[in-house]
This record gives sequence, structure tokens and C-alpha cells, in this order.
Amino acid sequence: MKLSLRDISVDFRGANGGRLAALGPISLDVAEGEFVCIVGPSGCGKSTLIRVVAGLQAPTTGIVEADGESISRPSSATAIMFQDANLMPWRSVQDNIALPLELAGVPKAARYATVAELLPQLHLEDFAGAYPAELSGGMAQRVALGRVIVQHPRLLLLDEPFGALDALTREKLSLELLQVWRGSGQTVVMVTHNINEAVLLADRVIVMSSRPGRTVADISIDLPRPRRVEQLFCEAFLILAREVRSAIEKEAA
Amino acid sequence: MLLLLLVWQLITAFGLVSAFLLPPPAQVLDAFVEAVSSGLLARHTLTTLEEMFFGLLLGVSIGLSLGYLIAKAPLLEFILSPIIVAFQSTPIVAYAPLLIIWLGSGVESKIVTTAVIVFFPMLVNTIAGIRAVPPQLQDLMHSLNARPWQSFRHLELPSALPVILAGLRTSATLAVIGAVVGEFVSSGSGLGHLVTLARNLYDTPLVFVSVFTMTFIALSLYGAVALLEWRLLAWRRRSSAS
Repeated sequence: MKLSLRDISVDFRGANGGRLAALGPISLDVAEGEFVCIVGPSGCGKSTLIRVVAGLQAPTTGIVEADGESISRPSSATAIMFQDANLMPWRSVQDNIALPLELAGVPKAARYATVAELLPQLHLEDFAGAYPAELSGGMAQRVALGRVIVQHPRLLLLDEPFGALDALTREKLSLELLQVWRGSGQTVVMVTHNINEAVLLADRVIVMSSRPGRTVADISIDLPRPRRVEQLFCEAFLILAREVRSAIEKEAA
Repeated sequence: MLLLLLVWQLITAFGLVSAFLLPPPAQVLDAFVEAVSSGLLARHTLTTLEEMFFGLLLGVSIGLSLGYLIAKAPLLEFILSPIIVAFQSTPIVAYAPLLIIWLGSGVESKIVTTAVIVFFPMLVNTIAGIRAVPPQLQDLMHSLNARPWQSFRHLELPSALPVILAGLRTSATLAVIGAVVGEFVSSGSGLGHLVTLARNLYDTPLVFVSVFTMTFIALSLYGAVALLEWRLLAWRRRSSAS
């Protein structure tokens, strides 16, 4: 899916009745099948931007277009993954993954067949019947990833999906995400705090200013794919990571 | 329970209290056997059970649906809460006579007293439960294009269920009170009526039999709701075991 944001801005009502500019105006074009990471200082409106693209939050000004059509509410072609795994505690792992299918009216047997096929890929084959409270943070995020995969989205929105995980689990899950994405033709927009993660995953890294967030840098990442952990230590990677870092620091200063 | 029985037996055996005020357990047991074999107890118990059943059905369904509406529309709470609170804080014995005047001294008036008394815990807990549905999960359902009834069925109901069932537990024990209060005011049948009848005949053992039957009904109902919770909230046991 081709995505185009035109002059998006979001204001929130402040505590004293005034208006608080949270985001933008910001414009951004994302090509079909492109993986874009958005980085920026905390509170710059990255998550708000993702919510606007997901159709969960109406922008104060501007329009979002997907394949030339304007988005004003959630679309079935778009899936979103949140910072928190956001699972339903009363549903087992397989029922959490199958939720989008159930809402779409897919019969039970077909739902479970789809999930059973997916579980090994997510390393969750022994946890189909487990409840979210029995899972580790990394496993819970894998369930959330599974819930996104079954939707077969053409646009995948990720709001700091691995932000709450430890560094190693985070790296592992990011690479698993890349495997899922490869060859799917999905367009991905991901918000992250982590510069290495952004450079390792993305085709393009967008650096946002502090609030109200605007684009201050748009950096192409032309590292070869498939990406591997070893690339974290190669020179081309380090140069790009430094470039992203200095763009953020210049903005934060 | 056994300890209580023992103390009771000892007090009566040593003649500490006259048998008229506190009949010995054996005498109460005799009265129980007689009340069962004559069909007296069954008849009155059935009346009370009928009142409780329909009262619970009415009060719980109104409490649930009104609670849901209020949780979704704060304006409705603004309009309704003075009326509801006023109704709730007035002792039901005070206006039970009115209900008898309007609805007669048959089961209908007791169904209403029961409904009124079970309504409030259901209302309060439904509002609290529905309001506590996590907003992130609402976002999730929204992003999945869930229809309103799907959000209700797959998110709001299961999320609020533990709180709603806690309300039902309170309501279930209050149901006996609602029915018996109505029967005390005026009735031709029911356990409350049996107590009045026995008291007028100075038949203290029969008063005890009626009271114990009420206690037994209340406990069974509480147990039934606890069982329902155990079944419906099985995921919680799994979650806390880990």
C-alpha cells in the first residue's frame, strides 16, 4: 500500500483550556512495500502520528491517503501493533491470535487451523492453550505479532512494539519481524526510540523534531538485505547510525 | 458451625435459658420433621423461592442493562443518579407497604421488593465494570473494525464480568431479604409469613425452622454464584497459578 500524509497536525486540549500542538504539520510519502522507521525525542508525537494513520485519531488538519484514498477510520487493510502486547487476559494464546479472524466471521475450525500453522513460526507451539499472564514479555509480543500476521495487512503500523523488552529479546524479535515482512510486499511504518533498531530494520529512517513533531531528517538506509545481527558492527551501519544520532541530537539541543 | 451447635446444645441442656426463648436443637429438629412431613415448609419455601427467582430475574436484568447504558452515557447518570440514590437510601421496609397497596399481597409485590433490593449492587458493579474496560483494548477492537455488538460480546462483557459477578454475589444474598421483608408486611404465604404465623402461635421451634431455611436458601444461592464464577472465570485461576 502506498501511503501519503499531507500537512498532518494534531492539537490536544491543554489543561487550562488552551490548545496544545502535539504534532506537525508533517508530510510524508511511503512507497509500496517500503519499511520506514520514525525516530525522535520522547513526546514528539510519534505515537500520535501512528494513531492518525491507523484511523484511531482524527487529525486536526491535513489528510492521510492510502493508495490515493483518504483514510478517516480504521481499515481492514491496515494492522497495528502496540507498545504493550495488549492481549485479552481471558483468551488463550490461540484465541488471542485468532481474534481478528473471529471478528471477520471465520469459522472456528478454519481459525484454529490458521493459528496452528503460524504457532511454530512464532516459537509458540507449546503455548497454544496458555493464558497471557503465563507468558513472558517477549512471548506476549510474539502473540501480538501473530495477531497482526493473521490479518494479512497491506500496511503494518508498529508503535514501539519491542520497547518494553530487554535488549537481546528485542533484537531477536526485530529480526523475526523482518523475516515475516520479507517478500510480503507489506508497507511498514514503525515508531521506535532505538537508533540501532531503526537502522537495522528500515529502508528509510525519518527523524522527527521535538513537540510539535516535524520531519527534520529523512535518511535512506541502503544496507543489503536480508539484514543480520552482524551488520550492527559493520562500518556502513555505524556511519548511518551516527548520522541518525546527530540529527536527533541537533534537534534535542 | 458444629461449635455453634454444641454451644446451643449446652446452653439448653443446662437450662441457662428457658426452652421457650431458646428451644433445644432436638425440639427444633422435631419441628422441622413435622413441618416437612405436613408439607407446610415446602409450600412456604416454594412461595419464597418463586418470589426470589422472578425478583432476581427482574432486578438483575434491569440493573445490568441500565448500568450498561449509564456507563456508556454519562449524561444519563447525571439525570438518573439522584433518583436511584434516593430510592436506594430509603429503607425498603418503609415503602414496602406502598408496594403492597399497589400490587396486592400476592407474590407480585414481593417480586418487586426483591427486584428493588437486588437491583442496586448489580447497577453499581455493572457501571464500574464497564467503565474499567482498558482503553488500549478498545483501541484494539476499534482498529480491528469491530462492530458495537462485537465489542460488547468480545471485550466489554468478558472484561467487566469479574466485577459484575461480584455484584451478583451480593444481590443473590440480598434476594432473600427482599422477599421476606415483603412477606412480613403482608402476605398469605412464604417463609416470612411462616415466621409471623409461628410467632403469633408462640411456636418458637417453628420460628427457628423458618429462619434456618432462609439461611440455607441464602447460602445455597451464594454457593451457586460462586460456582458460576469458578466456571466462567477459569482463566483467572490459571493466570494466578503461574
